[in-house]
Amino acid sequence: MTKRPAYSNLVKTMREGKFLFTGELEPRKMTDLSSILHSAEKMKKTGKITAANVTDGPQGDAYTCSMVPSYLVQEKVGLEAIWQMTVRDRNRIALFGDILGGAILGLKNLLALTGDHSALGDNKNARPVYDLDSTQLIDLVSKMVDDGTDLEGNEIEGDKIEINVGCAANPNSNPRGPEILKVGRKVRLGADFIQTQTAFDIDDAKDFLKELEQFNVPVLLGLFPLKNYGIASYFDEYIPGVSVPKDLLSALKKAKKEYKEDKKKRNEVIDKINIEFFEPFIMEIKKTTKAAGIHCMAVHYERLFEPLLKNF
Amino acid sequence: MIITQQKDIEEIYDMIKSYSKILIVGCDGCCQPPRSINEAKVLAQMLELKARSEGKELKWKAITVLRQCDDRIAATTVRPFIEHYDAIVSLSCGLGVVMMNKVFENILTYPAQNSLFGGAENNAENYFAEYCETCGECLLGVTGGVCPMAGCAKNLSNGPCGGTVGGKCEVGGYTHDCAWVKIWDRLRKFNRLDLFNKYRPPRNYRKWSSPRFAEINKTYTNEEETMEEEK
Ligand code: SF4
Ligand code: SF4
Repeated sequence: MTKRPAYSNLVKTMREGKFLFTGELEPRKMTDLSSILHSAEKMKKTGKITAANVTDGPQGDAYTCSMVPSYLVQEKVGLEAIWQMTVRDRNRIALFGDILGGAILGLKNLLALTGDHSALGDNKNARPVYDLDSTQLIDLVSKMVDDGTDLEGNEIEGDKIEINVGCAANPNSNPRGPEILKVGRKVRLGADFIQTQTAFDIDDAKDFLKELEQFNVPVLLGLFPLKNYGIASYFDEYIPGVSVPKDLLSALKKAKKEYKEDKKKRNEVIDKINIEFFEPFIMEIKKTTKAAGIHCMAVHYERLFEPLLKNF
Repeated sequence: MIITQQKDIEEIYDMIKSYSKILIVGCDGCCQPPRSINEAKVLAQMLELKARSEGKELKWKAITVLRQCDDRIAATTVRPFIEHYDAIVSLSCGLGVVMMNKVFENILTYPAQNSLFGGAENNAENYFAEYCETCGECLLGVTGGVCPMAGCAKNLSNGPCGGTVGGKCEVGGYTHDCAWVKIWDRLRKFNRLDLFNKYRPPRNYRKWSSPRFAEINKTYTNEEETMEEEK
């Protein structure tokens, strides 16, 4: 398939070959988005973040939609959004309608995801939709953007839709075989970029990136800085397939214990632990792989961006 | 076979407590676990006890039917009994309960079961499993004989999703196999990963939308053709 034009600044920057960073924003059950906008502002201020993902009901929870915050982050903060869209809650008609809506609002990046099952979330008895899967969602976006139609070939009136679409890939996938085939299929259907799930193991991450090279599409490797010991141990214990390195865990635990009362000092130490782990990690990825950059999922931990990214 | 689970006695009693004479009908068809004459009798006795504990008297008769989901069988077996009763409680799956209500328009048939799924019997491991959701567009020919509709919690056509870990599915706490990893495994074994790799476009959900009907063909003949030939 011929390459789709770079409609978003994200894809433009990737294609220029500049090593870049994306952040992540997570709207929750909220009507006041000021904390999201505030986080976006902090990211923007670093001057290092090209775009920020806006999540769509992660862990299957019922949260504020991803479209409106994506729009506001672009409009009010001037940071480009990577609008996450899962196929869990909407059928092809609703997805189509939302993509048109997002295009009208000027959203330029869509990350097509399956979405964590509703049985994992906080409205467990919901009827999951999954009319399309994430691969078929990419097909839908491609038809809308490249052909100007819906899935049935019915034409869309008005301006051309200018959206770049991305897909996810999991470096912790086990077995890896089907994951690679699936990503390849998504690229064939029009995925412009790949963002990966969290990696903690540098060798695994490099292996995975190497395997993805065959698809000739920019890849952002996902990293998850650990804001405190609680998050780290939760991740380690409850996110299957992900294990946080033991040293990192014990350092965070020690910081929690030693600076129980002194929050400022504790934060300083935790930031230092993260920088000592992730800075060389990122450096290694930048130097030795073809990754287009890093997707840094420092949700509610934007203060780390400045010191972590100062050498990039 | 259709896998069912008996409703709480409270719920069943609540449905029939305004009646004083009920006919309890088992089903000898494919219901699993069995819901035949003995189960019908036990349920009747439980309802009787429940009624008695509330100071009421409940008269009942328990019978069973070869298959409640066949109108002819249901009609011929049950009709001789119904005029003496105020209501029917059926132990069959939903198919039977609906059919009984259709065949016997003037009396209500209540369900004693929750119908769960069409299940295949794994005797070696002691469980029934839903291997098919009757989606109307069978994909087993391209998935190595593993159903991605019944087997995958998200009914994905182009799986697996990111929720699989070590071949297990995120739904059910990583205890069930991920259908898509199984599909990949099977196809790899037979050197047919080309099938895995193929893109399966969005499904036709009209084939999987209620209500659904299929014709019953009652007769076949070659007479017409023979006559045509003779002419
Ligand atoms: S694909 Fe699955 S649900 Fe559909 S008919 Fe085949 S076995 Fe049944
Ligand atoms: S883990 Fe496998 S079976 Fe479970 S929803 Fe994902 S693809 Fe389907």
